[in-house]
Amino acid sequence: MASPKISDSQTSIQPKTKRKRKNYLIRNWQIYSMILPGIIFFIVFKYVPLGGIVIAFQNYNVFQGIQGSPWVGLDHFVNLFTYPDFLRILRNTILIALYQLIFGFPAPIILALLLNELRLMFVKRTLQTVLYLPHFLSWVIVGGLVITFLSPNSGIINEIIRTFGGDPIYFMQHPEYFRTIVVSSGIWKEIGWSTIIYLAALAGINPELYEAAEIDGANKFRQVWSITIPSILPVIMILLILNIGNFLELGFEQIYMLLNPFVRETGEVFDTYIYRVGLLGGQLSYTTAIGVFKSVVGLILIVGANQLSKKLTGNAIF
Amino acid sequence: MIKESPSRKAFNWFNIAFLSILSLTMLLPFIHILAGSFSAGTAITQGRVTLFPVDFTLDNYRVVFNDITLWRAFGVTVLITVMGTFINLFFTSLMAYGLSKDHLKGRSLILFLVIFTMIFSAPLIPTYLTVRALGLLDSIWALILPGTINAFNLIIMMSFFRNIPKDMLEAAKIDGCGEYRTLWSVVLPMSLPSLSTIGLFYAVGHWNGYFAALLYIRNNDLFPLQVKLRRLIVESDAEEMLQAAQLSVQSVEGIKMASIIFATLPVLVIYPMIQKHFVKGANLGAIKG
Repeated sequence: MASPKISDSQTSIQPKTKRKRKNYLIRNWQIYSMILPGIIFFIVFKYVPLGGIVIAFQNYNVFQGIQGSPWVGLDHFVNLFTYPDFLRILRNTILIALYQLIFGFPAPIILALLLNELRLMFVKRTLQTVLYLPHFLSWVIVGGLVITFLSPNSGIINEIIRTFGGDPIYFMQHPEYFRTIVVSSGIWKEIGWSTIIYLAALAGINPELYEAAEIDGANKFRQVWSITIPSILPVIMILLILNIGNFLELGFEQIYMLLNPFVRETGEVFDTYIYRVGLLGGQLSYTTAIGVFKSVVGLILIVGANQLSKKLTGNAIF
Repeated sequence: MIKESPSRKAFNWFNIAFLSILSLTMLLPFIHILAGSFSAGTAITQGRVTLFPVDFTLDNYRVVFNDITLWRAFGVTVLITVMGTFINLFFTSLMAYGLSKDHLKGRSLILFLVIFTMIFSAPLIPTYLTVRALGLLDSIWALILPGTINAFNLIIMMSFFRNIPKDMLEAAKIDGCGEYRTLWSVVLPMSLPSLSTIGLFYAVGHWNGYFAALLYIRNNDLFPLQVKLRRLIVESDAEEMLQAAQLSVQSVEGIKMASIIFATLPVLVIYPMIQKHFVKGANLGAIKG
């Protein structure tokens, strides 16, 4: 900038920076116009609903709207824990999520390690192709398959039970089977697809590490334990953090497809309850409070898991 | 080469056997449904169908193909998938390209706001009320617009765009290309692999989508395929179909199976064409840190 103008700009600093900012926007108008539709999308469909959380602090009524509905402060949140319904769905959600984490999370890691040991490329590719397939099927179809297979009249499982002289079991009507069915059908659908990211990480390991270990006399299990696992640990940790962050997000469709009134006792979770009681039953404020509770817990979990992982393994997503 | 020990060989055989059995559990349900869809209803209810059709018949498919509501649902889903995926890719790539400019003012704030929606999602009821307030209920736009940009896909695409050499973009600029022109003629053609992968994720999401229609669609004529399929499998739609068809089909089981095959066929036809992409990607380590 030319020196004679300095005094000039000192006297009118406000308009100058404004004009500068305006110039920057004008110069980059094309870029900003590209981002703009996206920003509008996030505001309208993500942040406006976030603002809509205020109805959790009201007795919201569709006819009176947000402005006309009476405010009740934290009443819905305080009362949450006194409703037997809430405690039941909280328990169901946590149990199913826990089983999914314990059984569903390690399964694809083990499968990826086994696939990685295959030396015949043709076999490996064929198996991968088949294992990825269920991921592309909708939950409507997978739910239909599960119901067909467990059907007491014509299902294959009961056919086998009958062959061995047993009585057919009404799997879909017994609450004690529900969680097992949900967790195992989830593993069946996603186990293959979830290996992709681990296989990519496994492919990135330097083969010289194995050769050196071989010369040092390390056996295969030792190699997996001391080379393979540590090499893919960052990927495992990142996925674990994301998984824990989504702990309470069980996936509405999966549960909904398998749910029926007989198994509601053990099967109803946050999402299906919010849909049934909130949307169909009209208890909008109460179920929004449940939704807020779910999102806040999710936020705490992901931040907590992230900090813990940072401390223990040095891996973190933010 | 180090010679393989006997225990290592045994492990290899065990491994192949185990993985093959696991793969079979992914295929057998299909083969069973496929066999059932070509079998007489009585054979299915008596549990005589396992992996091959019993009392072969095409009647189940005759009923399914004659059902106008199923075809309409199919049409709705095709429309949503084609239009939706196009809209997804259009707006996702526009925003991703804009955000791939490192020095853009406000970039980190926008990115933060995008990522925040991933870790703190708006609850269901307020989202529903927003879509309703926009007047989108009972319109196919309710199945498309609320998912226009997936934050995760956006970030993947953005990091892909950032890896494109800056020289290429500079060269385009010197040639007089504006940003839109650069995106269209330089960046997108270079990004076809990631574009098609993300496009596939979006398309599969549209094809398999159920929840959005359950929330936002009341009008029977606008039901997408998955909603229709669900009604066929667990509700009484299959019985109605059966009565309307006036064929000598004795059981709805075969019709349900034929409908499952009908709805899955497009996915099964396209899948072999695109799966090479993932399989190769996974083996080469295509995901960059």
